[in-house]
Amino acid sequence: MELNKELKVSAIKDGTVIDHIPADNLFKVINILGLHSITNQITFGTNLESLRMGRKAIIKVSDKYFEDDEINKIALIAPQAKLNIIKDYVVIEKKVVEIQDEVIGIVKCFNPKCITNQEHIVTRFQLVDRENVVLKCHYCEKVTMPEHFTIV
Amino acid sequence: MKGKSLVSITDFSKNEILRIVDLAADFEANPNQKLLDGKVVASLFFEPSTRTRLSFETAINRLGGRVVGFSDSSSSSTTKGETLKDTTIMVSNYADLIVMRHPYEGSARFASEVSSVPVINAGDGANQHPSQTLLDLYSIKKTQGTLNNLTIAIVGDLKYGRTVHSLLMAMSHFNPVFHFISPIELKMPDEYKIFLKNRNIKFEEHIEFGETINEADILYMTRVQKERFAEPMEYEKVKNAFILKNAMLSRSKDNLKVLHPLPRVNEIHEDVDNNLKAYYFQQAKNGVFTRMAIISSILGVK
Repeated sequence: MELNKELKVSAIKDGTVIDHIPADNLFKVINILGLHSITNQITFGTNLESLRMGRKAIIKVSDKYFEDDEINKIALIAPQAKLNIIKDYVVIEKKVVEIQDEVIGIVKCFNPKCITNQEHIVTRFQLVDRENVVLKCHYCEKVTMPEHFTIV
Repeated sequence: MKGKSLVSITDFSKNEILRIVDLAADFEANPNQKLLDGKVVASLFFEPSTRTRLSFETAINRLGGRVVGFSDSSSSSTTKGETLKDTTIMVSNYADLIVMRHPYEGSARFASEVSSVPVINAGDGANQHPSQTLLDLYSIKKTQGTLNNLTIAIVGDLKYGRTVHSLLMAMSHFNPVFHFISPIELKMPDEYKIFLKNRNIKFEEHIEFGETINEADILYMTRVQKERFAEPMEYEKVKNAFILKNAMLSRSKDNLKVLHPLPRVNEIHEDVDNNLKAYYFQQAKNGVFTRMAIISSILGVK
C-alpha cells in the first residue's frame, strides 16, 4: 500500500523529499519555501491517500538541501512534515520539523486593528504555547490561534 | 532607563517601576524643574485624547522642555497618505523624544523600532497605556504608603479594559490579592488568570459587589460600555449592578481609596465625589508628576 503511493511521484537521485504535508497546505508550503521561484527540478503530488492524515501531499526537490531555520518555517502549517535527505537514491537522513520560538513573516496577525494589518510590516510572533501552537503578536500583543492562521 | 522606549508596562522591571514611582513623589514635592532645557519633545496624537495629551504636555512644560506635534491626525500628513513609518522617522530627526497616541494596536512598538529616539506609548488602540498604569501605581503607593500585599478590587469591563490588564501585570510584582467584579460577559480573560496562577497570585471572581468592598484597600472602577454587549437587553440587565454609590462605602476600610482612569460616565455616582475615599481626580493630577518622572528618566536627566 505504502509502496503504491510512493510510486505516484517519481524518485529523485539527490535532494530532499518533504512528506506528510496536509494536502490543503501544499501550495502554502511551496510559497513559504520559495519553491515557486527556483530552477531546481521539483515534482509534487497532492491528495494522496494517507492512513494517518487522510489526504496528504508530497514534494520532491532535486539537488536542494534545506537549512533547519528555513525548513522549520513550514512547521506551523505542516507540523507532521517529514524530510528525507536523499543522496544517490538513498535516504541518508530523516528529519522532522519544529516550530521556532519566534515566527517571523509567515502568518498574519488575527487582530484587524493590529498595525501589521494596516502598513507593510513584517509580522513577528512569539510562540507562547508550543503544544497548542498559540502565537502572540510582537506588536499588538494579541494571540492568534492555529484555526486563524492565514499565511502572509 | 536612559534611551529606552516605554511601549508596554512589561518593558519596565520592578526596580524601574519603583524608581518612577519614587521620582514622581520628588516631582510632586518640587514640580518646576528645568531639566529639559533645550530639549524638544514631539507629541504625536493620531487620535484625540484631551486628558492624556494635556497631561504629557504639562509635564514637558513643567520640565522646561518644548513641545512640537499635532493633536489629531487630520492636522498631520497622515491625511496625505503618509505611513506611520515615514512620519516616525521624520519626526525622530527633529525631536529628542516622541510621545505617541495611535488608534492601531502595536503602532507604538513599531514606531519604537523605526525611530532613532525613544518612544513613549500614550495609548495604542485597546492595547497598552503604560503611563496610565504607572500613575495608578503612584496613586496606590501615595495613598497606601506601600505597593506590597494590598487587596485590590477591580470593577467593570475586565475583558476589554486595557488599564485593568496593565495594572494587573504591574501589580503582580507586589504580592497583591485581587477581586475581579464584572458581568459574566466582561470577565477577566483566561490569559490573565493563567498569568496570575503562574505567579501564585490570589484572585477571586465575582458577579456583584457583595462584601468585597469592605475587604479592599483599592477599589479600581472602570466603565461598562454599552457597545461591548451583543444584545442591548443584556446591557440593560447588568448596567445598574456595577454602579458605585456612597452608601456602599459605609463599612469599607478606612484606608480604602476609589480609583478610576476617567472619563467616568455613570459607574461612580456623584454622591461618592465628596467622600474622602474618592481619589479619581487626584489620581489624574498624579499623572503629570508620573509623566515628568517617565520623561526625565528616559531622557537621562534625572
